[in-house]
Amino acid sequence: MKLGKCLVVGAALSLALMGSPARAGDTSTAKDGIALSNSYAGNGWRQQMLKMWGLASKDAIKRGVIARTKVVNADNSAPQQASQIGDLTLQGWKAIVIDAASPTALNGVIQQACSAHIVVVVFDSLATAPCAYKVAYNYVNMGLMEANYVAKRLGGKGNVLEVRGIAGTSVDHDIHRGIVEGFAKYPGIKLVGSVHGNWTQSIAQKEVAGILPTLPKVAAVVTQGGDGYGTYEAFKAAGRPTPLIIMGNRQDELALWKKLASAPGGYRTFSLSSAPGVSSIAFWVAQRILAGAKVPKTVNVPLLVIMSKDLDAWLKAVPPGGVSTPLYSQQWTERLMAANLAHTAPPPSPVPTSMP
Amino acid sequence: MPADVTAEMAAGIAAGAGERGARRAAALRVGLPAAALVVMLSVIFAMQPRAMSYFGLSVLLNFTLPAIFAAMAQMAVIAVGDIDLGIGPFLSLVNCIAATLLATRPLFGWLALAALVAAYAGMGALIHVRRLPSIVVTLGASFVWLGLALLVLPSPGGAPPGWLPALFAWQPPFVPLPVLASILLAALGQFLLMHTSYGVVLRGIGGHPRAIARAGWSLLAGRMALYALAGASGVIAGLALTGLNTAGDATVGAQYTLTSIAAVIVGGGEFVGGIVTPLGTVIGAWIMLLAGSLLSFLNISTDWQLSVQGGILIVVLGLRALNRWSAA
Repeated sequence: MKLGKCLVVGAALSLALMGSPARAGDTSTAKDGIALSNSYAGNGWRQQMLKMWGLASKDAIKRGVIARTKVVNADNSAPQQASQIGDLTLQGWKAIVIDAASPTALNGVIQQACSAHIVVVVFDSLATAPCAYKVAYNYVNMGLMEANYVAKRLGGKGNVLEVRGIAGTSVDHDIHRGIVEGFAKYPGIKLVGSVHGNWTQSIAQKEVAGILPTLPKVAAVVTQGGDGYGTYEAFKAAGRPTPLIIMGNRQDELALWKKLASAPGGYRTFSLSSAPGVSSIAFWVAQRILAGAKVPKTVNVPLLVIMSKDLDAWLKAVPPGGVSTPLYSQQWTERLMAANLAHTAPPPSPVPTSMP
Repeated sequence: MPADVTAEMAAGIAAGAGERGARRAAALRVGLPAAALVVMLSVIFAMQPRAMSYFGLSVLLNFTLPAIFAAMAQMAVIAVGDIDLGIGPFLSLVNCIAATLLATRPLFGWLALAALVAAYAGMGALIHVRRLPSIVVTLGASFVWLGLALLVLPSPGGAPPGWLPALFAWQPPFVPLPVLASILLAALGQFLLMHTSYGVVLRGIGGHPRAIARAGWSLLAGRMALYALAGASGVIAGLALTGLNTAGDATVGAQYTLTSIAAVIVGGGEFVGGIVTPLGTVIGAWIMLLAGSLLSFLNISTDWQLSVQGGILIVVLGLRALNRWSAA
């Protein structure tokens, strides 16, 4: 793997300063600060993401791993986030972790930060600047997993409705691609309709209710998370039998799944989504880079998949209105990075712990 | 309207005490924000000395160019007593065109940008001829700009022609580009609007339309000229934004509507028309731009940023009212 300027500079710096080989926990980052630049704080997923960042960073500060942290939120505006990143650059933070407002609009300031020998890690909503480390979800894979599960459950034959996310985003585009690719192997599966639910239950409900009268019998619904509950409500209101709906780790979706499964006749499905706790992975990735560890330029994070045997445990852990997520530890992040470097399977997701 | 303002409008007619009062009012109008800017910069430099370097200033003032040109566009409209609620989405539209058409079909792209300037002039004519409230027309136009931007570029991406980012990454010797451009723009604007005879006429359209009409000038042409100036400044602001972002995004300019209005008012402009200064507007744009950085350097949560920007506006207007009251 070709290593970028940042890593070279970062590694050279820490080696020069510490003069010790980079082994886990050996190179001290005790005097360093890691800042988070977040593009938007206005929804449940992001709130939980910030909470997870707070937990990870506070724990690290308490243990003396890093010295300080700071969180700045932009109002979903790329220019505003760009100037905030500029400010962080001037304030001498050793690493800046970014959930980006735009895949491209921050590249200029990110490059500036890299030139100032600052470690930049982007996660969740990525920026494409080549000098930044990326903590990424494979959303195409999410679509593939859904398609394969549905095809298997339906025996390779049946009508499927697709509920998509916000039009024009890369996440929506990738999940959709995975679904189409996945179903391509099963000629008996027909995608009979598609609506944009925008990852929001109320919008999904409205959109699905709008398209239902035009559809034949729907056997399954593939979703993107945050839209499963609304989809169910729309089917119920139309007096249609409940199809197989893929869930998206939201508390209301898991509670619905539990209710349907406990009813006579039962209900089988599975649930998957990105986890807001990915901010804690990004935090530890930044810390590991500062510590001089060998870190892949792109760290692929497995999606959080909940099967029925884990349903009760996750349902207990997620607060009402929240999204299921583990808090990823430094050790888990190290195992994930090792797996990424060795191209082996990622470690299994940490078990749910109840949220504080 | 107080006597000193009248004098400032029709230069040469008033004399004696009125003119001295006008000079004082004009000096205060720019002096107050200038002093505020000096204080802000001093605090920032004291908190973070490395901001004082060439690199530091470049980072700190990264998004100055779109901000000052957007403020200048807003100033041209406020000068005539109108207000432009569509400049933010207009910047987004220019951004989207610059990241697509301008790169793939340059001639077509330039034509589109020219058409946008013409559309602004047309908007001015429409407002004048039909006596429509500018707030309604520009708000309506803002949705047109947003719709067009989404048509041109449905999802973020695209790439501008190579010369555009290079132009805005240019590092002139000694003085960083944002500082240099601000000084040049303020000087040019100040000269055109305050020291040429047609500049006096243009400001007069906002302050004393009847006097200007009686003197034989076309109010329609004047308003169209100012709106065209606003459109041209908006195009430059959008190009600057594209140069810095190196990509297109149909929602990227939204915040510039409010910050540009705030910049004009903080910089000494008034909504009544005719009372604006290009120098003050540039200073106002800097103040709005640095407000967020100042909070960040003082370690105050960014959640306060919008409130503080609003607070600055209220304090400035309050101080100005006090000053007027003591002068009367």
